[in-house]
Amino acid sequence: MSKKMKQKLISYKNAPLSALMAVLVLLATVATFAVLLFLIAYILINGIPHISLDLFSPNYTTDNVSLLPALFNTIIMTGLSLVIAVPFGIFSAIFLVEYAGRGNRFINVIRLTTETLSGIPSIVYGLFGMLFFVITLGWGMSILAGAFTLAIMILPLIMRTTEEALKSVPDSFREGSFGLGAGKLRTVFRIVLPSAVPGILAGVILAIGRIVGETAALIYTAGTVAEVPKNIMSSGRTLAVHMYNLASEGLHMDKAYATAVILLVVVILINMLSGWVAKKLTKGNGNGEN
Amino acid sequence: MKAWNEKIMRGVFFIAACTSVLAVALICAFLFANGIPAMKEIGFLKFLNGTTWRPNNDIYGIFPMILGSIYVTAGAIIIGVPIGILTSVFMAKYCPKKIYPVLKGATELLAGIPSVVYGFFGLVVLVPIVRQIGRSLKEADILKSAGNGSSILTASLLLGMMILPTIIGVTESAIRAVPAHYYEGALALGATHERSIFRVVLPAAKSGVVAGVVLGVGRAIGETMAVIMVAGNQPRMPQGIFKGVRTMTANIVIEMGYAAGLHREALIATAVVLFVFILIINFCVALLNRRSQHE
Repeated sequence: MSKKMKQKLISYKNAPLSALMAVLVLLATVATFAVLLFLIAYILINGIPHISLDLFSPNYTTDNVSLLPALFNTIIMTGLSLVIAVPFGIFSAIFLVEYAGRGNRFINVIRLTTETLSGIPSIVYGLFGMLFFVITLGWGMSILAGAFTLAIMILPLIMRTTEEALKSVPDSFREGSFGLGAGKLRTVFRIVLPSAVPGILAGVILAIGRIVGETAALIYTAGTVAEVPKNIMSSGRTLAVHMYNLASEGLHMDKAYATAVILLVVVILINMLSGWVAKKLTKGNGNGEN
Repeated sequence: MKAWNEKIMRGVFFIAACTSVLAVALICAFLFANGIPAMKEIGFLKFLNGTTWRPNNDIYGIFPMILGSIYVTAGAIIIGVPIGILTSVFMAKYCPKKIYPVLKGATELLAGIPSVVYGFFGLVVLVPIVRQIGRSLKEADILKSAGNGSSILTASLLLGMMILPTIIGVTESAIRAVPAHYYEGALALGATHERSIFRVVLPAAKSGVVAGVVLGVGRAIGETMAVIMVAGNQPRMPQGIFKGVRTMTANIVIEMGYAAGLHREALIATAVVLFVFILIINFCVALLNRRSQHE
């Protein structure tokens, strides 16, 4: 090891520019991850002391600034958006991978539109949701309008991850199923989809992360009412919208810190979960191919 | 009976696949149908090139906001791209196998942190720092006025952070896609590790790297909540990096809540302009991806 290091140092002595680049690469990497660590540490250290019981009281008042209704709304919003987007996402991925032929022109159109969807900024989604769901369809600012807007937003993500997961199922699985006399539909639902579940799940979890963190698409579709909604046609703010309101009003900065902690912890947990599921996927695949 | 089932489900899958096409069509239709008439009423040139935004007097010029978006994005690129590319070089070519999963997870987390949390971090950490820098520069007689910390510089710093995961992810996979013998060949010719990477591998991964940067531009120009919280949002021509600025995205969110009539349509027209920017960027990314696949 030390010999190797010495050799390296000697080679750097002869090439000062290389040494400089090595230092720059190291510095940039340290900067990237130091920023992340600092951000997380700063919010946790400043926020945790402000977490108190009345942040979780069941009713929102301007005094307690409770985040429980917002947390509740976030869960409803996530559930609804997933119920809408996941079937569409999975079915269209099935069509792309299992049904459409390789040279199909229509596939290119779908690819192009999915790529376009994934590049559209969330505020544009929010504006579209407001124009279409809230005004044209007459739903008003509601959880439902917000959920549909978010469903369109996460559709490309779910499609892409499902596509990857389906593609990674070996063709021998399909051939075996056909060989045993199963039809196409049976093969897809009984053989291909079950083996693709971990990949699809990882994508769905990522989508949950995006829904939980979304603000701009929700302000003008789901609105900013800080109460638990009576039904899905009434307005309600999610945790991220709640956090934005607190921070921009500037009246309850300590509560904003505490809310940021909750939001950050939720996102970190979701990320870890997704990573864990994805790891399961690669392991499962290894077994399948052997 | 079975054949019917197969046919019906095939139809269902097909219809599901059409939703993304339908969604894009609807988004385009609704934005353009609501935005274009307003642009016509205000006058295309007046709208795009006008330097005053005064909804109370029915003056709608979004040039300051277009410039604001461009300046802030450019700042983010200047800060984010070098750091992002160098970090991805580390991830692909230097990183010990043991710590790689940790770093990979960290970049994914960086991408997963909500923009409100970034914005809040910018508000409580970056804004005071930039305010302090502005004050000391003013005391040193370099700046005429210090500004209050919400500025182009602050927004650029924050966006630079936020686009890092995009750039790192795309660049890293582009570097990894370069065949190993490129790197080995360069080493065999006596080049150092760094020389091989920066003179041989990176140029070979060029279109992938550029695609990553363009994708980062898309992220930065479309970012809304984080920018609103740190950029100051004054609807006037940019006056220096220590002064506040308003982006197109901020313009929409801030005024949509109370806008009515032509004002509201002008805001939708702002979204149309933003949307066209994004479409151009998307088109560039698609083109670059195709090129890197051909290579």
